[in-house]
Amino acid sequence: MTSFRLSKGGLIDRAAQLSFSFDGKRFTGHKGDTLASALLANGVTLMGRSFKYHRPRGPITAGAAEPNALVELREGGRKEANTRATMVELYDGLVAASQNRWPSLDFDVGAVNSLASSIFVAGFYYKTFMWPKSFWEKIYEPLIRRAAGLGTASKLPDPDKYEKAYAHCDLLVIGSGPTGLMAALAAGRAGKRVILADEGSALGGSLLNEREEIGGTSGLDWAMGVLAELASLPNVTLMPRTTVIGWFDGNIFGAVERVSDHVAAPDPHEPRQRYWKIIAKRAVLAAGAEERPVAFGGNDTPGVMLASAMRTYANRYAAAAGKSVVVFGNNDHAYRTARDLKAHGVHVEVIIDSRKESGADAAGVPVLRGRMVADVTGGRAVKAVHLTDGTHIACDAVAMSGGFSPIVNLACHKGAKPRWDANLLAFLPPDTGAAFTAAGAAAGKMLLSECLADGAAKGAADGRAISVPTCRDEAHAIAPLWWVKESQGKAFIDYQNDATAKDLPLAAREGYKDIELAKRYTTTGMATDQGKLGNVNAIAIMAEATGRSMDEVGTTTFRPFYTPVAFGAFAGPFTGHHFQPVRKTPLHDWAAEQGAVFVETGLWMRSSWFPRKGEDWLAAASREVLATRSGVGLCDVSTLGKIDVQGRDAGQFLDKLYCNTFSTLAVGKARYGLMLREDGIVSDDGTTSRLAEDHYVMTTTTANAAKVMAQMEFAHQALFPDLDVTYVSVTEQWAQMAVAGPKSRATLQKIVDGLAMSDETVPYMAALEVSILGGIPARLFRLSFSGEHAYELAVPADYGNMAARALMQAGAEFGIVPYGVEALSIMRIEKGHVAGGELNGTTTAGDLGLGKMMSTKKDYIGRMMAQREGLNDPNRQCVVGIRPVDVTDRIRSGAHILRKDDKPSMANDQGYVSSVAWSPMLNMWIGLALVANGRARHGEIVQVWDGLRGTQVLGEICDPMHFDKENKRLHA
Amino acid sequence: MLIPCPHCGTRPVEEFTFLGDASVTRPTSNDPASMEQWYDYVYLRANPRGRFAEFAHHSGGCRAWLVVTRNTETHEVYGAVTARDYARAKGAKA
Repeated sequence: MTSFRLSKGGLIDRAAQLSFSFDGKRFTGHKGDTLASALLANGVTLMGRSFKYHRPRGPITAGAAEPNALVELREGGRKEANTRATMVELYDGLVAASQNRWPSLDFDVGAVNSLASSIFVAGFYYKTFMWPKSFWEKIYEPLIRRAAGLGTASKLPDPDKYEKAYAHCDLLVIGSGPTGLMAALAAGRAGKRVILADEGSALGGSLLNEREEIGGTSGLDWAMGVLAELASLPNVTLMPRTTVIGWFDGNIFGAVERVSDHVAAPDPHEPRQRYWKIIAKRAVLAAGAEERPVAFGGNDTPGVMLASAMRTYANRYAAAAGKSVVVFGNNDHAYRTARDLKAHGVHVEVIIDSRKESGADAAGVPVLRGRMVADVTGGRAVKAVHLTDGTHIACDAVAMSGGFSPIVNLACHKGAKPRWDANLLAFLPPDTGAAFTAAGAAAGKMLLSECLADGAAKGAADGRAISVPTCRDEAHAIAPLWWVKESQGKAFIDYQNDATAKDLPLAAREGYKDIELAKRYTTTGMATDQGKLGNVNAIAIMAEATGRSMDEVGTTTFRPFYTPVAFGAFAGPFTGHHFQPVRKTPLHDWAAEQGAVFVETGLWMRSSWFPRKGEDWLAAASREVLATRSGVGLCDVSTLGKIDVQGRDAGQFLDKLYCNTFSTLAVGKARYGLMLREDGIVSDDGTTSRLAEDHYVMTTTTANAAKVMAQMEFAHQALFPDLDVTYVSVTEQWAQMAVAGPKSRATLQKIVDGLAMSDETVPYMAALEVSILGGIPARLFRLSFSGEHAYELAVPADYGNMAARALMQAGAEFGIVPYGVEALSIMRIEKGHVAGGELNGTTTAGDLGLGKMMSTKKDYIGRMMAQREGLNDPNRQCVVGIRPVDVTDRIRSGAHILRKDDKPSMANDQGYVSSVAWSPMLNMWIGLALVANGRARHGEIVQVWDGLRGTQVLGEICDPMHFDKENKRLHA
Repeated sequence: MLIPCPHCGTRPVEEFTFLGDASVTRPTSNDPASMEQWYDYVYLRANPRGRFAEFAHHSGGCRAWLVVTRNTETHEVYGAVTARDYARAKGAKA
């Protein structure tokens, strides 16, 4: 294989040889190479196959806008698809593979698509795959997806770490070319906090790629001098390998720093990438300008590339794009390209200038004026060009230049549109105010001297100007040229989507004249490069086809992100349990000792059941219920929200929050409370106790603890700001356990200090501050969710495990068992207590059978709206019990209730089963249901129809309280 | 977007939870005749283009409810006061 590495020059480290592989073949390159430059230096120009036609493709650019040279980089969990070879820094051991080809890059069966290209014109999906409709999902779409496409994602987890960080600065400079360096220098010398960010692997921007003269030395040396000064300033932060991807409200910029993408794998303790939010008082967009291709036949043949890219490969990477080059352009940059290549010893056959005249220096290279390249022949590599006048010129590479487009993307991220400048033939950035200004080539300054001066002016702070160095300017005259219509072959506008110049007039003819519609119809400007190269050409062709101006056609919407971003960068460290941390209750260790099976509910790990040998969840939970109802059981209820409410107006505040009254609650007593939303629907419930005149302890459901706290804060601060009350969440500060069953009192008595427990000293609904185990402060509540004679004991969190262990010991003689949320749930359904299935955001207090709790003597949240007619309709679904007629039948949660003789259909729906449990006390499945006018229908036989599982059984509507209707056990 | 919390200083919007239109005032009457006012309070919310005051909870910070005034079109944030001060000022005016 011939080497295309130039014998000298470039910014590569020739002493550092790096080995890499592409499609399984070994190659060598140098430190300082990109994957693309190293492949070019090895004579490899074919790097990928195109999206639709599977055409052979090589790099068009040497930078971020690359649409063609997309590879799958790395292997295993680190494999990244659609990675731009032009941006990949070469490292030793790099492994890359080409995409969208089968069986190989050289011979790709999919290329037959090109022969059938007449059916693959714009909109072909919509035209071809319309009928029959059912074929789309199962046949057409999977087929298209396999045939057309980009790289494939790894299915393995990403082994790398990502970080997020914030930075603040007085001035953010985006881009480190001549403009950006001057801006950073001006602000840096004025003592401002400056961040200079650039997506490149090294700072210097175009000065790394071009041969310039600044301040009497080379542009590169000048840049290195400025960077050295900036690096010495403590107030300046240099951020290479950092792409600013978006401009957001508050002058916040998103930026992705590629911390470790230039090595095979990140160092331990280093992230792969870091996502920055940079909060900038001011920012300067010095992103430069992107060269445009020209649409002519075969302008996608490997070996055809942008003139600036060809210069970059020669000047920076010492890689020649070919042995014999034709340069084609509509502007003076074609001439500098020929000069640069000639200086590097690359033969330039001819410059083809579409204009009739030019004053630029061709350095002795022949120039053919007033002609254009119509077609490139060669297929997998350039062999020749055919000109519009019929001339045939052999060559192996073509440099093209259609002019320059300022990189305005970031300036448009908030919705402002760029405006067309007919002299520069470029869209210029919109006015974005003083806090974010474009400068240099990004603002349409096409001369180096203008860029240096503009950067210095826009970066200057506090009126402190810096002197601008002298430089040599390149000619930049240009005449419009978008599409060589004499072309025979496919002239591509959007390489990545295989959209051709002809597709745009076709879209216009078919009515898609709006550029946003044309984009979607032709797919021009989509996918990973978002039309960075081709959009302006597309707009120009559309303007011509529809007789409109460039401004009338306008651009499509520029949205973040400027270049594709790995999901990992946005996720940062917040993955798995770092996203949803685990909350363990203070009794977790005790429950684990007891063999608990834990279930995640929200963030909490709750003990769900405590299996003994050979037991499944149902056997364990049933045993726990039986043991509790016949002796005593202990359950961790620490996850309930606990809010400490204190102050002179605490009672009054609770009266506003709950629909029932708490200001009249006696000290030392607890009361069940129900909270409504302002629209009259129930929001939460729980027991709240009064420990002192001005001190209450509120409990909420586990799920709503945080929500209730936020609602209390709103009610107090925004609605009732003059109430003298303060409150704080103490959920994590207290371990709380339910001690339930006929032996609960006897068990507790053994650990409670100095209190003879009786119905007189600890009556039903008592709430007392006591101590246990010889001085541990505790709160003792006589509450019951299970329906048994029961208590809840709360101790400071750190005493939780100790207290639970002591209770297990105390209850041992009564056969105490730990029980989990499954048993808890069974017992509450047996007793008809409502929980999450019924407090579901659609039910009123009346629906829950709790209508009498709603006070008529005070104002509270939800009072007025709860009186609405619709919320008091007797036909509303309300809570009832449901049980099978045949006790061997199983009732399922979610099943619908139908009248006995109605056909199974949602049209006949009467309600649904909201909670079910196997009742070990009743030996059957029982449930709670929400049924229309249910309270009047106790005793009615209905169908319980589960259309999803396909079951249908007869059930009986009954009182929700399935067990111990007289509540004898509660007071036993 | 950055929110100037009166307690915490300028903080990123991710720390806040928004509740919407702060121009509404909870009626004080429980008289059935006030039902129209209640409907408006519970359901009617302005959604203007331009200047807009809305409740925001500094849920990831000091936990104060604020009234943040911003421009819904340009996203410019004009300022923030505590909901308590806002409610008291409104009460004083009424």
